[in-house]
Amino acid sequence: MKITMTVNGKAVSGDVEGRTLLSGFLREHLSLTGTHVGCDTAQCGACLVHVNGEAVKSCNMLAAEADGADVGTIEGQANADGSLNAIQQAFQDHHGLQCGFCTPGMVMSAAALLKENPRPTEAEIRKYLEGNLCRCTGYHNIVKAIMAASGQDVSSIAAE
Amino acid sequence: MPKDSGIGASSKRREDVRFLTGAGNYTDDINVHGQAYVHFLRSDIAHGRIKSVDTSAAEAMPGVVRVFTGKDFEGVGGMPCGWEVTDKHGAPMQEPPHPILAQGKVRHVGDPIAAIVADSLEQARDAAEAIDLDIEELPAVIDMKAAAQDDATLVHDDLKNNICYDWQLGETDDAKVDEVFANAAHVTTLDLVNNRLVANPMEPRVAVGEYKRGTDEYTLFTTSQNPHVIRLLMCAFVLGLPEHKVRVVAPDVGGGFGTKIFHYAEEAFCTFAAKACGRPVKWTSSRSEAFMSDAHGRDHVSKIELALDADNNFIGLRTNTYANLGAYLSTFSSSVPTWLHGTLMAGNYKTPVIQVNVKAMFTNTVPVDAYRGAGRPEATFQLERVVDKAARELGLDPIALRRQNFVTQFPYDTPVALTYDTGDYNGTMDKLEAAADLAGFAARKAESEANGKLRGLGINCYIEACGIAPSNIVGMLGARAGLYDAATVRVNATGSISVMVGAHSHGQGHETAFPQVVADMIGIDESMIEIVHGDTSKIPFGMGTYGSRSLAVCGSAMVKATEKVIEKAKKIAAHLLEASEADIELKDGQFSVAGTDKSVAWGDVTLTAYVPHNYPLEVEPGLEETAFYDPANFTFPAGAYACEVEVDPDTGQVSIEKFTAADDFGNIINPMIVDGQVHGGIGQGIGQALLENCAYDENGQLLSASYMDYAMPRADDVPFYGVDHSSQTPCTHNPLGVKGCGEAGAIGSPPAVVNAVLDALNSGGKAVDHIDMPVSPSRVWAAMNS
Ligand code: FES
Ligand code: FES
Repeated sequence: MKITMTVNGKAVSGDVEGRTLLSGFLREHLSLTGTHVGCDTAQCGACLVHVNGEAVKSCNMLAAEADGADVGTIEGQANADGSLNAIQQAFQDHHGLQCGFCTPGMVMSAAALLKENPRPTEAEIRKYLEGNLCRCTGYHNIVKAIMAASGQDVSSIAAE
Repeated sequence: MPKDSGIGASSKRREDVRFLTGAGNYTDDINVHGQAYVHFLRSDIAHGRIKSVDTSAAEAMPGVVRVFTGKDFEGVGGMPCGWEVTDKHGAPMQEPPHPILAQGKVRHVGDPIAAIVADSLEQARDAAEAIDLDIEELPAVIDMKAAAQDDATLVHDDLKNNICYDWQLGETDDAKVDEVFANAAHVTTLDLVNNRLVANPMEPRVAVGEYKRGTDEYTLFTTSQNPHVIRLLMCAFVLGLPEHKVRVVAPDVGGGFGTKIFHYAEEAFCTFAAKACGRPVKWTSSRSEAFMSDAHGRDHVSKIELALDADNNFIGLRTNTYANLGAYLSTFSSSVPTWLHGTLMAGNYKTPVIQVNVKAMFTNTVPVDAYRGAGRPEATFQLERVVDKAARELGLDPIALRRQNFVTQFPYDTPVALTYDTGDYNGTMDKLEAAADLAGFAARKAESEANGKLRGLGINCYIEACGIAPSNIVGMLGARAGLYDAATVRVNATGSISVMVGAHSHGQGHETAFPQVVADMIGIDESMIEIVHGDTSKIPFGMGTYGSRSLAVCGSAMVKATEKVIEKAKKIAAHLLEASEADIELKDGQFSVAGTDKSVAWGDVTLTAYVPHNYPLEVEPGLEETAFYDPANFTFPAGAYACEVEVDPDTGQVSIEKFTAADDFGNIINPMIVDGQVHGGIGQGIGQALLENCAYDENGQLLSASYMDYAMPRADDVPFYGVDHSSQTPCTHNPLGVKGCGEAGAIGSPPAVVNAVLDALNSGGKAVDHIDMPVSPSRVWAAMNS
């Protein structure tokens, strides 16, 4: 079936099967491989994107369901001049990523969180990230980066 | 003052930019023109005899290119094991065949039976359902002790008692060990389980095989920690291909933790099938498939006994362990319960008599191999749990008992085959006591109690052995590989540098940290140096990244190659400056003649090397050097960890309130990256201690086969961690004085957590000796109420 949507501000269309997932459409049809697939039970959050401004696990939504939607992926997050946005920059500054596989989902999740809660506490961040698994960082620097991105002073948090 | 570049600086990671913008290049992001997709039909029973596999209906399905079964691989080798362990009677270990696709029997849930190659993955999956299998189900053997019985079901029909080897290290005279225990003033005994885990890097495994008929060349893109090792094993032992016709590429890899070291059947399959099908073949593991095909970790059942004299000195240690190898030998599986585990049983202590016994068992489960720490967490868990129990039984302070028994003189020869070159265990413990504010524990405990919670403090010490080497020694111990590494430093005409390294970065930040070293040696900006890794066609050779070895081994090769470059550049500079080579000094990217103001810049010398007009006749043009480095010994990082937990006495729920790590990693290149490695290790260690468990039922069904059933640690399961690495005793035998930091957190944290939970329960008046991991609320509740 034919679908059209806006992805990172650009109109796109494609011919998909009914069973094609949004994650598959982004990766295979649009070559937007920044959206990762880490599981098959909608548990890891590596595939998280924004659909009409909401955080959505793209492995858990059919491409057809996103027909007509406004979709945001990690590829559309940087500033217009290509520099890292505030969340991305905080992740780099605070070493919030190692292998980078969970990272697109983490950044997209953090963006959704800060939109609804501009100054989340540590506990609120940890709770919000329940649907995003990271195996590398032990979450320390991810939580710290999100606090920093929201303008909080993180200098007193243990370690680097 | 923290440095802002070079060795010791927390340089920000350059690789982050591509990962943060969705521009990484992971294996599943690679699509080769014309590729077909493979789906593996895997056994859904743990043990069965294959009567027939009828693929004719599947072959007729739309889009199907070809269907393969075990018969198609009768002419090629099986998956090899890279370490031959000799048992205590001098016999080599049992090494049953491990075919690419099952032949004769299926031996675990997930054992691949057939491979369907089709135009699309959906078509391959659909066709798999049309394969007609006739498999006679056999009883499965899952429990290791049951597997050792005389009447046990046999995983491999000709392997009696399912034993791979019965191995021993340390004191061989049983009577002598018995005597030590008979004369002891106190003996503490503990039975424990090191729970089976699944490594779970967030990126599932992927392989893409490609074959070019015109040049007879193969390319394998794969999620590997060590592409050269994969090429060597696959070419020499499995497919019989000439190495120079095979390129293995491991691009960006989304975490490894050991499980991407091994050579897997799917890699050999995709390489083989690309030629057989005349098309590139791609396989992407689903997470469910990963649970039943990635090598698992840990899974030891042990009894440990510690003998103390009347003054509380450790005088003897004896352990008996059953180690689960699963149904087949994975690449380095045999080395994990032996040379990576038995050798660590001395820990930080000067126990004079140690005997380690290990029976390694085949069972109808997924193969078990190295997972972050690999043998060392299992050793540390046993030792530090029994030491803690001894302290409790004797009414001693657990820190004081440890300090009393620490090794304090270096080098120290352990009774279990290692020589610790350096360390300062008391100094590191001092750092822990300060960093963890142990003096304030009583007040924090009172506060918890006021809130109706039990609070416990758990202490743990660890020693680990990293950068396993040297090759001649490990060869005598059974390794079928050398454990050196290599680097090529290629200086370009304008002075920028590409360093081709054998280590592979899949989260460790080599692209940032390695240039810090070269930049410091030459005195140029880090940004002038680029690290190239992960492609056998670009790098000289490499044993890859595992066992916290990259900087200690490959970094040392890089230093050696850089030294050769500098030596040659000095000859060129001496010519340009009309001075003697011995008088040339290199500082801040300038070659100068000692005691004069004559100098020439790095870039002028490198340009001269490639435009050799005014040039010393006896020197070859160009500036590129390679070095191979084989370490003289292991490195021995060590640390002391403290965990504080709260236990809810009503529910048994455990929460980690405070976690502090004090590590001695020797010299440190990038403190930010080192901290991150420790954080990640602690996260996984807390996962093992509280949450994770890979469970089978008695029929061999894998009960934890997705993230619904396998509890991965999430952000709200863990606290911020305190990390201190200011205790630094540099390694004595590598040029950087570095030791390795990748596994420490995963080794040091599980006993700290369990010791803390037991402290909480005992201080709350419950006499609980031990709880197995994962320390789940139900186990805690049961222990409290038994
Ligand atoms: S891939 Fe979507 S949640 Fe894991
Ligand atoms: S950075 Fe590797 S999984 Fe999060």
